[in-house]
Amino acid sequence: MTGTILTPEEVVDRFSAKFGTGIQEASIREKREGKKKIPHYTIWIELDRELLRPAIQALIEIRYPHLSVIAGNDLGDSIRLVYIFSIQYGEIRSEYMVTLAVTLPKDDLFVPTISDLIPGAVFGEREKQEFFGVTVTGIPDGRRLFLPRDFPEGVYPWRRDETGIPDSMIRDLWASKRPTDRPAPPVEEKEACEIEGGEEKPAEPRGKGEEEGSQ
Amino acid sequence: MSEGEGKKAPYTLPIGPTHPALKEPVMFTFQMEGETIKDVDFAPGQTHRGIEWMGMRRNPVQIVHLTDRICGICGVVHTLSFCLAVEQIAEIEVPERADYIRVIVHELERVQSHLLWAGVAAHELGFDSLLHLTWRVREQAMDVIENITGNRVNYGIVQVGGVRRDITPEQHPLIEECLTTYEGLLSSLLDLFLDDRSIHMRCRDRGILTYDDAVHLCTVGPTSRASGVNMDLRQDYPYAAYGDLDVRAILPDQYAGETRGDVYDRIVVRLLEVGQSCGIIRQCLSEMPAGEITAEPKIAKLLAVCKKAHGEAIGRVEAPRGECLHYVRMDGKESPTSWKVKASSYSNLMSWIPMLRGEQIADIPIIVASIDPCLSCTDRVAVIRGGRRNILTKEELHRLSVEATRRLQA
Repeated sequence: MTGTILTPEEVVDRFSAKFGTGIQEASIREKREGKKKIPHYTIWIELDRELLRPAIQALIEIRYPHLSVIAGNDLGDSIRLVYIFSIQYGEIRSEYMVTLAVTLPKDDLFVPTISDLIPGAVFGEREKQEFFGVTVTGIPDGRRLFLPRDFPEGVYPWRRDETGIPDSMIRDLWASKRPTDRPAPPVEEKEACEIEGGEEKPAEPRGKGEEEGSQ
Repeated sequence: MSEGEGKKAPYTLPIGPTHPALKEPVMFTFQMEGETIKDVDFAPGQTHRGIEWMGMRRNPVQIVHLTDRICGICGVVHTLSFCLAVEQIAEIEVPERADYIRVIVHELERVQSHLLWAGVAAHELGFDSLLHLTWRVREQAMDVIENITGNRVNYGIVQVGGVRRDITPEQHPLIEECLTTYEGLLSSLLDLFLDDRSIHMRCRDRGILTYDDAVHLCTVGPTSRASGVNMDLRQDYPYAAYGDLDVRAILPDQYAGETRGDVYDRIVVRLLEVGQSCGIIRQCLSEMPAGEITAEPKIAKLLAVCKKAHGEAIGRVEAPRGECLHYVRMDGKESPTSWKVKASSYSNLMSWIPMLRGEQIADIPIIVASIDPCLSCTDRVAVIRGGRRNILTKEELHRLSVEATRRLQA
């Protein structure tokens, strides 16, 4: 941990100096809100899979980062994982988001675990395994996280290809009607309330208070 | 107890997936040695609704109403972070007045959420009169929220590009009155919670989360602040109107002079934040600029703008429980290509493990509650149908519990 505060440009420079061409793309995005329009920054870095761990190591050298979450996209023939970090929290208005994105071809779908560097990452890695079908190599706990144990193997809810949720698993509640095969209820069902032909109502609303219980 | 001496310890104590001691469904498996927890494992995901999956098949204006319903307590944070992300992608400039209204509702939500939690904490300790007191005073915040947004729970106030209702001058006295009540109540709340002997005994040095664990397990919000981690998005990464407001993170040493990272410190942080929120709302009311409340009142136009948007962005806000983050990627289609919701509790659940290790069975409820877990936020995903799981029934759980008691009496 160092005491100095880096500007977003310095953070990007550090990465480009350290990893050179391994960084495919790096950009800084700024957003300003409120009256004073004080900016906050997000640094987006695209890098090679092999550089993911060294890059996180480099983040740790700046200051121990906070891993917010690992997000992901299904881009057709590849899965792109976006590791969303924030660094330099605790200093007034000097926190930046740093996102490290790696693209993994679908025929070679693995990513090394980062849970030895950031123990809290296990949660997100388990989730990525079950929702994207990405293999996290070296994960200390590879069980499912959110999906039930009886969820079919090989179905990955966030994939947009044939391994995504099949139509047969979707139940449209809006399309389901009231069940007809149930025993009669102990109390007779109330009659559905009659809806008048639309425009005739306006005279009614006056007596609102008295009629409240009428349904 | 079964025969054979080797079977004495450890034994497994399951609590969940739903259990009277837990306010929301989660499955705990404790490895016990006598009354002491040796190890603990938990399985979230008992309330999956597949919200991200649903969102990826809807347009941003429809998603806003979905995000309102992710959590039953935080009606604004998810919508706000989602909107912040979409606004960045579609390059929508939010009017300043809307930023202030967003902050006011956001802070009122923090007040009611922390009071709700304080009540739950009191109840978990068996202090039900305090539960009723905090929940009664919480009603005033709920009434003000209802007055501003029209709803008690699913506020429906934040929209992509701004907010849907303005705060009129007639509403100011009502909000002021509420703030005055809470500021007046705060010292007695602090007294009741922090100077009470039984609360002190049950919470001091119970469920400790060290600074290092808090950082390494990526915890957020009051849970991490109670362990001395100085992080608060309102201070570090000012969004909406927070850049104008000069908010500082509340740490337990400001009250008690020391940080122990225990349940008690978590009470300290949350109660002090109620007072802080009142100050923020008051400042917002006086500094709120006049002007429009939304960048684009016409939904059809708004949708057309969103439909053309390309790119990815992150929206994050400091929810009552900590950082809430939405990642959105849009590729010029009606619905987002990717949407990831990271609720605050998602980051906090792992901290249960170090907190619970070495503690007693009787402390489980308060320690579990101390991170203010919100599982409906954390579990969002999947379609569940049919099949069976081999999980202990209530009767078995009860039997285990009775056995545990008998053993203690022996």
